[in-house]
Amino acid sequence: MTVHGGIGQSVKRKEDARFVRGKGTYVDDVKLPGMLYLDIVRSPYAHARIRHINIEKAMKVPGVLAVIRGKDLEAANLAWMPTLMSDKQMVLPVERVMYQSQEVAAVVADSRYAAADGVAAVEVEYEPLPVVIDPMKALEPGAPILRPDRKEQTNRIWHWEVGDREGTDKALKESDVVVRENIYLPRIHVASIETCGCVASFDSMGKLTVWMTTQAPHAIRTVFALVAGLPEQKIRVISPDIGGGFGGKVPVYPGYVLAVVAALKTGHPVKWIEDRSENIQADSFARDYHISAEIGATKDGKLTALRVKTIADHGYTDAAANPSKFPAGLFHIVTGSYPFEKAHVEVDGVYTNKPPGGIAYRCSFRVTEAAFTIERIMDSLARKLGMDPAELRMKNFIPPEAFPFKSALGWEYDSGNYGAALRKAMDIVDYDALRKEQAEKRKRGDLMGIGISSFTEIVGAGPSKTFDILGLKMFDSCEIRIHPTGKVIARFGTKSQGQGHETTYAQILAEELGISSEDIAIEEGDTDTAPYGLGTYASRSTPVAGAAASIAARKIRDKAQKIAAHLLEVSPDDLEWKDHKFQVKGVPDKAKTMAEIAFAAYTNHPPGMEAGLEAVDYYDPPNLTYPFGSYICVVDIDKETGQVHIRRFVAVDDCGTIINPMIVEGQIHGGLTMGLAPALLEEIHYDENGNILGGTFMDYLLPTAVETPKWETAKTTTPSPHHPIGAKGVGESATVGAPAAIANAVVDALAHLGVTHIDIPITPWKVWKILHEKGAA
Amino acid sequence: MIPPRFEYYAPSSVDEAVQILDRFGGEAKVLAGGQSLLPVMKLRLAEPRALVDINRIPDLAHIREDGKSLRIGATTRTNDLNDSELIHTRYPILSDAAHEIADPLVRNMGTVGGNVSHGDPANDLPACMLALGAHFVVRGPKGSRTIPAHEFYQDTFVTALQSNELLMEIEIPKARPGQGNAYMKLEKRIGDFPIVGVAANLVLTGKGTIESAGLALTAVGPTALKATEAERHLVGKTPGDAAFQRAAELAQGITSPISDLRGPAEYKRAMVRVLALRALHRASARARGGA
Amino acid sequence: MVLAEMPSAVDDETGPFVNVHVTVNGAPRSATVETRTLLVHFLRENLSLTGTHIGCDTTNCGACTILLDGKAVKSCTVLAVQADGRQVRTVEGLETDGKLHPIQEGFIEEHGLQCGFCTPGMMMCSVAFLQKNPHPTEEQIRRAISGNLCRCTGYVNIVKAIQYAANKMAGPSGGGRP
Repeated sequence: MTVHGGIGQSVKRKEDARFVRGKGTYVDDVKLPGMLYLDIVRSPYAHARIRHINIEKAMKVPGVLAVIRGKDLEAANLAWMPTLMSDKQMVLPVERVMYQSQEVAAVVADSRYAAADGVAAVEVEYEPLPVVIDPMKALEPGAPILRPDRKEQTNRIWHWEVGDREGTDKALKESDVVVRENIYLPRIHVASIETCGCVASFDSMGKLTVWMTTQAPHAIRTVFALVAGLPEQKIRVISPDIGGGFGGKVPVYPGYVLAVVAALKTGHPVKWIEDRSENIQADSFARDYHISAEIGATKDGKLTALRVKTIADHGYTDAAANPSKFPAGLFHIVTGSYPFEKAHVEVDGVYTNKPPGGIAYRCSFRVTEAAFTIERIMDSLARKLGMDPAELRMKNFIPPEAFPFKSALGWEYDSGNYGAALRKAMDIVDYDALRKEQAEKRKRGDLMGIGISSFTEIVGAGPSKTFDILGLKMFDSCEIRIHPTGKVIARFGTKSQGQGHETTYAQILAEELGISSEDIAIEEGDTDTAPYGLGTYASRSTPVAGAAASIAARKIRDKAQKIAAHLLEVSPDDLEWKDHKFQVKGVPDKAKTMAEIAFAAYTNHPPGMEAGLEAVDYYDPPNLTYPFGSYICVVDIDKETGQVHIRRFVAVDDCGTIINPMIVEGQIHGGLTMGLAPALLEEIHYDENGNILGGTFMDYLLPTAVETPKWETAKTTTPSPHHPIGAKGVGESATVGAPAAIANAVVDALAHLGVTHIDIPITPWKVWKILHEKGAA
Repeated sequence: MIPPRFEYYAPSSVDEAVQILDRFGGEAKVLAGGQSLLPVMKLRLAEPRALVDINRIPDLAHIREDGKSLRIGATTRTNDLNDSELIHTRYPILSDAAHEIADPLVRNMGTVGGNVSHGDPANDLPACMLALGAHFVVRGPKGSRTIPAHEFYQDTFVTALQSNELLMEIEIPKARPGQGNAYMKLEKRIGDFPIVGVAANLVLTGKGTIESAGLALTAVGPTALKATEAERHLVGKTPGDAAFQRAAELAQGITSPISDLRGPAEYKRAMVRVLALRALHRASARARGGA
Repeated sequence: MVLAEMPSAVDDETGPFVNVHVTVNGAPRSATVETRTLLVHFLRENLSLTGTHIGCDTTNCGACTILLDGKAVKSCTVLAVQADGRQVRTVEGLETDGKLHPIQEGFIEEHGLQCGFCTPGMMMCSVAFLQKNPHPTEEQIRRAISGNLCRCTGYVNIVKAIQYAANKMAGPSGGGRP
């Protein structure tokens, strides 16, 4: 007997009912009586001393009630706050601004429009200072020290390394073939369609409620308590409907703190909603990694070693959202799907006059950077060896029987079957026929390319012995209560921003409890009611909170078994959980459903047992999970204009057990599009004065339905052995794997001209320049 | 994203509109589709004291042909061009361009008059107007006058339209047998401003040689540029690669593109040549009855 | 922090104001707003119709798309006063008598939404598009929604949702549904 909405069913989403009616509650939909509005004055300079902030005109603007400046916050010790990486960040500057668009002052007014007028009327006198934009230059002796507040007077934030340096150096020296590529992944921005914002409100008892666009409401609550000195039981963070997160709604932005301060000072609720330009220009960016990678192999294509050095540009403070022991995130998954015996990675974080951050853009923690590096350089190696890129990969994949596999950089991969995924992708796309077609086209001078990306990613942070954020361990939680009438409410420490948790968590519980998913209500995001969790990002919800759901449900089953035994007048050992009910072994029609047991839990429970039917689990994952896949991208290039057209893109993904195939496919479509974006369109640069180039949607171009190909998806299923239902998570796989497939395809199209690498985004003029220089245009 | 304050007027006649514009002496702006004006006001890059909404003025939106001309009213929406069978069949250059301006939603509000008179070198219609030899009918406090397109575009955001004048109508020489035209736009992503755009208009004689040619360029100079030398070269020639290559080279020679987020100058210059060839070929195919 | 006194009444010096009368989802609505008030703010703030969303400040994302006299426009780039005397339809006006519009059904059936933020704008654009083009090709659909950005779905299922609605609206039971 299957339960309705169990695991593996493509049930329609419950949350859609309100969204299609326009009845979602996003932060900007929250309206409270007497609510005021906060808007922010921002610096036009990338680095400057603040001589004076004149608020006289602003205070005369009709509707303006207050202007907050750095010195106001300093008095309350709030001018600086900690970042999630234990660096520090200004809420408002007292002396200096450190990046263009930095918050300089905040205007509070009785309407959104008056607040904007107020901002326009604040006059700030700046004294520009020398700007440091290039992280390499920032490390040179004599470069201006951007953070005089730090103990060590250097622009190097930290140095981090892992692996066997000497062994890797030796192995590379002894390799028949070594290929090196310098790869720059420019700054990009998640730009979820909803920007960030909050509504902060103190009630008459001094309790603070903040509706906030946050992916991690509990962590925010604790940070607020520690930073603002407010008692934690008097803070409630509500993360309502969130219009996309992708990692951009993890950090604590100054606007949130300013709204809370304004609410405290005015005694009124205060709303802050940033504009898109503010979002792109000031909120946490992603990538900005300058990577130098070297790969070694024998002459017949057996991989020997991998060495990677990276300069990580973090802006003026390290406000990345990585687990604390890993300032470069999980970048050392860079050995990818291959069993390198020797590998070494080192990363140096650097300060520059740019916005702070380094958050994940839908890629766990720096995993796209890693996957891009290894898959790009594998193709370069294939070319050097004169081998087909698919052949090189097949020859070297970690074989299925080698799992659990300990990588040279310390990760224990749970399970994988890389060859099967690549084989499937090759079959679907008819790889051999494509290579034939390419050969023919090449003779005619037409440009066509095939790019492969066989990535392994690492998600589900993480085990308590190695993972924490600001000291908070990265468990996650599920609390379940079953009502007398057999309906369920379950609350989680995660927070969906579109991933469909209201539907998928209900499916896990439906399967575990034998109750229709329609009868299971899922809640997240209110810190007053939800159990503590670290939130949703880095694809951790299914691996961690999904596991908590299973375990909590099984705790309920344990109790339920005893109640069933009591009702059936047998011993609990005589019962088995079969067909989603408790049956007497060998006597299937002597059974009790969970609904019947639930009723009994309140009306007829065994003597000596507590009433009720509930359980909570805080799940400490024993390991990360390792989803993987193989993507194949086919491109045609217009020789005259350099435009790249994606003819086909086949994505074979393996995320272990699939809870809802429809939702998983949707996640992959979305992830692929966020992989296409940086591959062909998105980049944020700064000129030498620190002015942003491309800070609005006019210039920072997201893919539309026209550029986005008709993604073709398929799957293999290799469950995670350590996860209660074998699920690995999938939200970010496609963003991790896609950029390399596209880049590899373009390089492949131009390889016969001697091209080995092109940095993304691959714009038409980059291609044209190559063709022009090679005389092929 | 909040515009500054302004006075708002919604006149019901052209003369009333002109009076208000005149009264404000350059500090009032015309609100037609608002798809160029409102965005700059929301960024507070423009702060006019008054807006003169011309959308309530009757008969300012029309597409019709008379004996000599195609007449397009200033407040004709861009999508009205796309919906017009007349434009699609007889003036395909305008259809080509109108389909590529911004996105479908902006095209529902944005007007032909606005795109033509805003003075942004990245707008697509001005090059079409130059290639077609259009004239702009304009009304001021002293009455109406007609300005030829090739005198209209003076500098970036500077046109011959005075601040107290209103563009009423665009006059385009009526389509003739043997005429074919096309607009080609190269963009980084759909809906974006052009990297480069080329407008081509050819009229062929009975013998198939080029009787007259219009060739104009978008986004490669301070204004839309008329490639006069290229046009002169084409007259009398047989349509085809030989003539078109040379014309494209000549067109390329008048450009002064800037390197920016939409490409380096050398790329844009090279693309003028590529698009000019493509536009001329398509125009000549249409002139001979193809598509 | 300098704090001013809360004003007790609307200051005469704000404005200029204008009275706006708009038929919204079939109902006459009016308010006194500033001349500069954007239509999207009029809908969201004055009329509390928060289904229409704001996703950018440069007229690019399309999250604010509504129908103005049946045409899909970006309400963030229209003044409220420009809608005076005209008809506006928002996402709240798609459902009739508790029955979902085929476009809303299509988005649910085909998983055309994830976070839901771009969805109202996508649907309003689609409704106007299908009115004009009831039997579109996939390419035409993709072009029609090229002014509406989505970050979550990758568009494949949005296209399917629109095709679902097209089929339903063109079919025997759904024919003529506006």
